[in-house]
Amino acid sequence: MLDIIVIFLLISGLIFFTGGAVGILRLPDFYTRLHPAGKMDTLGSLLMVLAVALFNLHDFTWNQLITSLKIMLIVLFVFVLSPTATHAIVDAGVRAGLKPWTKEKK
Amino acid sequence: MSNVFLYTGLYLCLLMIASLYRAIFGPTVLDRLIGVNAIGSKTVILLLLIGLIYGRVDMFVDIALAYALLNFTAVLAASRYFQKKKGLYEESS
Repeated sequence: MLDIIVIFLLISGLIFFTGGAVGILRLPDFYTRLHPAGKMDTLGSLLMVLAVALFNLHDFTWNQLITSLKIMLIVLFVFVLSPTATHAIVDAGVRAGLKPWTKEKK
Repeated sequence: MSNVFLYTGLYLCLLMIASLYRAIFGPTVLDRLIGVNAIGSKTVILLLLIGLIYGRVDMFVDIALAYALLNFTAVLAASRYFQKKKGLYEESS
């Protein structure tokens, strides 16, 4: 039962990572490429790290519980740090004077 | 169950190669920074999966935690450096 939940979480995380990679490759502009890179990686990281922390608890000892809490600390860091890094890259693009993409080429 | 983590890690390596295209051929410097950031956030997951395959998760968690902080610091420092540079727009056209 635990294995089925772990495999489901791993596959759903991989689907979100695939969406992020396709978005980074296919979208036309710098600002639009940051949209999948900022959000898909955060949610995919949450799902896959949750799967690892859940599989780590399948024989329960206190050391495994401490390790799982440290794994969940990675999720906390990713949720704070990934939007901050994305905002810093957007800020660098705006201050360096990159123009946003428009449909008609001027 | 160990095969599942192995194939998940292999698929994650394939996605990292796809992001490496944007890191090499990106039109501007900041596009390359996006590719490097995406590769770094996948590497944290890959380190945890390697720890599960080897059966030493308690050792690999510390490496993954340090790598997450190091990746964030590198991206933040590089973006603070490149916002002082003018002429990024001329390179993209």
